Amino acid sequence: MTTPDSSPAAAALPGTAVPRLRRGVRLSFDPTRDSYVLLYPEGVLLPNETAAAVLGRCDGGADVATIVASLAEDFDGVDAAQVSELLRRLVRRRLVEIVENTEPGEAVRGDE
Amino acid sequence: MSEPRPSVNPPLGLLAELTHRCPLHCAYCSNPVQLVPAADELDTGQWRSVLDQARQLGVLQVHLSGGEPMSRRDLPALVEHAHALGCYVNLVTSGLSLTDATATELVAAGLDHVQLSIQDADARLADVIAGVRAHERKVAAAAVVRRLGLPLTVNAVLHRGNLDHVGAIVDLAERMGADRLELANTQFYGWALRNRAALLPTAAQLRAADVVVRAATERLAGQMEIAYVYSDYHERRPKPCMNGWGSRQLTVAPNGDVLPCPAAGSIEGLALENVRTRTLADIWYDSSSFNAYRGTGWMREPCRSCAFRDVDLGGCRCQAFLLTGDAANTDPVCSLSPHREVVDRVLSEQTALVPPPSVPRRMPAARNGGAS
Repeated sequence: MTTPDSSPAAAALPGTAVPRLRRGVRLSFDPTRDSYVLLYPEGVLLPNETAAAVLGRCDGGADVATIVASLAEDFDGVDAAQVSELLRRLVRRRLVEIVENTEPGEAVRGDE
Repeated sequence: MSEPRPSVNPPLGLLAELTHRCPLHCAYCSNPVQLVPAADELDTGQWRSVLDQARQLGVLQVHLSGGEPMSRRDLPALVEHAHALGCYVNLVTSGLSLTDATATELVAAGLDHVQLSIQDADARLADVIAGVRAHERKVAAAAVVRRLGLPLTVNAVLHRGNLDHVGAIVDLAERMGADRLELANTQFYGWALRNRAALLPTAAQLRAADVVVRAATERLAGQMEIAYVYSDYHERRPKPCMNGWGSRQLTVAPNGDVLPCPAAGSIEGLALENVRTRTLADIWYDSSSFNAYRGTGWMREPCRSCAFRDVDLGGCRCQAFLLTGDAANTDPVCSLSPHREVVDRVLSEQTALVPPPSVPRRMPAARNGGAS
């Protein structure tokens, strides 16, 4: 059975959302395939270079806007909407979660 | 020489069946009727070599299973070895030996995830299926896994005797704090096939369970993922078994036999290779067993020209062999199979009546007092 499309995670992620890899999800590099791999219970995902760069920045501290800005330093043509969409899909696949206390609309505390 | 064929990708997963010893006696056991005795198991060094070769071949997911993998004293060493190689390490366990001390040691060794079996929602009924007092220890094991912060998958094999309790099983998994719940209707291989008449659910049971599972899946979305495995005899289309033969995963049996599918040992005439005599890479790419049913070239009609050919990949080779006597036939679960009547006959004969008692699984002539 698949998760219905009407799941709560289907809404766009706001720039203030703080994503992190879910418990048990690990990003690593596989020399055999010369590719980044996302490892999780019962599965493996081979993200492309851009997706790997996004995943590598999901540290539970940076919000989406910060991740987009950081990506723009390393890549040309970074599209905030595309990054948000990618993260939304990863949330729906239960690989990424949004850190509590930063629900849409709530301010992110700038105490770093 | 093993020159990788261009069409064959490296495997992603290794199912390492460390032992067939198990403290449980479940009638639905999918392991072969003929179990590997403890004396024939690979030793620690041989398993380390299997893990080395698997990683080199491209394996990223290692499922340490059995039997009960915790029956092996070297389990922490093997977890540590697989972790050091960069693999994601899953433990597939009954949970009976998963205490604070043993679990802490495994987590320190690099364990990533635990898959814990339960037999039913109610302790008394669950222990009847397990054939041993196990249920409360499993609930305690789940609490240990949660306390240590590991992701937890709870797995319940469903059959005629517990399918009506699926709602209570979901509730229990929720109380256990599972991230994922696998509700897997019994697939009929190995010992389970012997008990098919006792285990096969009725169509009415499945319809009722379907409603419960759908509602639970919706209610728990975002909290606990539910994976539901259908009772394939009752379906019209076969399962895409293993996502294709020799496509993503390989199994190493306790004695070192290398299998394209955990049940492949049941196919007579399939020449199985062993890690004691051939390298894993050689077996994956060049053995007759792994190449026997790769891709779609082996298919006959009705698969060969079927629109679903790349969707279900002809179903399960082992089931085709077990029910029709030829592994290259279409899985007889398929409504297009000329052998579908075999499955229909089983359904009509076996789900109409009061089921016979099942036969619990026992290790032959328990050595050293058994594994429990």
